[in-house]
Amino acid sequence: MDAFLHQVLAGLATGGIYASLALALVMIYQATHLVNFAQGEMAMFTTYIAWSLINAGMPYWLAFLLTVAFAFVFGILVERLVIRPVEDAPVLAVVVVFIALLVILNSLTGWIYTYTIKSFPSPFPQEPLFGIRYMSPHELGAIGITLVVLLALYGFFRFTPLGLAMRAAAQNPESSRLVGIRVGWMLALGWGLAAAIGAVAGMMVAPIVYLDPNMMGGILLYAFAAALVGGIDNPWGAVFGGFLVGVLENVLGAFVIGNELKLSVALVLIIGVLLVRPSGFFGRVHVTRV
Amino acid sequence: MALLEASALHAAYGHTRVLHGLDFAIEKGSITALLGANGAGKTTTLRALCAMVKTEGEVSFGGVRIERKSTEDIVRLGVAHVPDGRGTFALLSTEENLRLGAYTRKDRSAVEADLERVYGYFPRLRERRRQQAGTLSGGEQQMLAISRALMLSPKLMLLDEPSFGLAPLLVRELFDILRTINQREQVSMLLVEQNAAMALELADSAYLLETGRVVLAGSASALKQNDSVRRAYLGY
Repeated sequence: MDAFLHQVLAGLATGGIYASLALALVMIYQATHLVNFAQGEMAMFTTYIAWSLINAGMPYWLAFLLTVAFAFVFGILVERLVIRPVEDAPVLAVVVVFIALLVILNSLTGWIYTYTIKSFPSPFPQEPLFGIRYMSPHELGAIGITLVVLLALYGFFRFTPLGLAMRAAAQNPESSRLVGIRVGWMLALGWGLAAAIGAVAGMMVAPIVYLDPNMMGGILLYAFAAALVGGIDNPWGAVFGGFLVGVLENVLGAFVIGNELKLSVALVLIIGVLLVRPSGFFGRVHVTRV
Repeated sequence: MALLEASALHAAYGHTRVLHGLDFAIEKGSITALLGANGAGKTTTLRALCAMVKTEGEVSFGGVRIERKSTEDIVRLGVAHVPDGRGTFALLSTEENLRLGAYTRKDRSAVEADLERVYGYFPRLRERRRQQAGTLSGGEQQMLAISRALMLSPKLMLLDEPSFGLAPLLVRELFDILRTINQREQVSMLLVEQNAAMALELADSAYLLETGRVVLAGSASALKQNDSVRRAYLGY
């Protein structure tokens, strides 16, 4: 029983990371109806920036904040310089751009930092926090950070005029222009926020999976699964899906299929959801009148 | 003095030209109606004024040339567009829709006062302030669209078929409110309507469009007397 509880709690910790990344995917999907395949590599790249800053002697939390700020600006720049020019291009062309971005960021990071696996520090203490034995301090801390990010985002979208404008721009661009919202900038801002969330996810997952240019491949798959399970157009669904996928992955990996086949849990979930319930648990079912 | 003046206004969707050089003016504080059959270019004219289609020609608003400005900047000058199809933010609440109307304004306390004023015009919206706007009835969504435009505290409102799909009784009520808004708040209006009789009753002056050209212009009462307008658009 103890071992089971431990696996569930550890699953919640990684699940929070999947939830963050899934949320980043959903944010961009809601605004553009496209899934950003480069989301994971953008997170990985910014995590390397954090590593550089920490290695240069900067205190962890300062490096953390600077990295989030860098990711935000980086996300905006990517949208303005790379995505904007293909705004009106066919869907497949944009997908190719996303994949190009993925490959470029991956290779660029490998070129700058080499492909040698690096360890990434955790900001949390080694000894158990609050006397909790079932979770490592880092897992507990990662859950805490995830919850702070989710709450901050919720507050931003729910209670600020800018958050309202971003939601409006995502669902009805034409009407948004008619009330004076600069829709293009809202999109860029969305990219910035998504990249910032991804950076947090990257820094939280790096102490667990270690830092290497391919570290986000599997995690992005889990995040896809999470977003699909929850419903790709529902932020709450993505968060729920993230935690669910994290727990499922850990429990199944430990007790049923073994660690080697863990990643297939994500693939089975993706295919299963697409076959049985394409809108996910909480997604809107799209009905078109013909 | 004219609040808005358009001269030789052309507009096209891709290669399809829709407006062929319109000249018209909207007097400050007045209600101007644009009449015409389906496809005459009424909606396109409104869209052209807001830079929502590709245009050629000159448009000046309050003495400022606006034909090269973006939609967002034209809104900031005080032009509120109540679009064809109402443009509801369906997933947001009624009140969020209204607050978006005031997105460009910085005068917070005046915005709160305007919200109350709008609820005064349309008490139904106050009852439904927390409701998802997409679940409102057609008439309520039309009230919402007009209210959202009012929240900008506009100098000019462009109204695209506000009577569309509404019950006759509701149309009358809506037109009465539009008249009140025009008189009390000095908001000028450009009104596109298929319901020519009602539009001419409300408007001070009117333009008749046919296939993208102005074929008749004058005071509303003069157009009402015009034989061809009577036969073609008023039906008696």
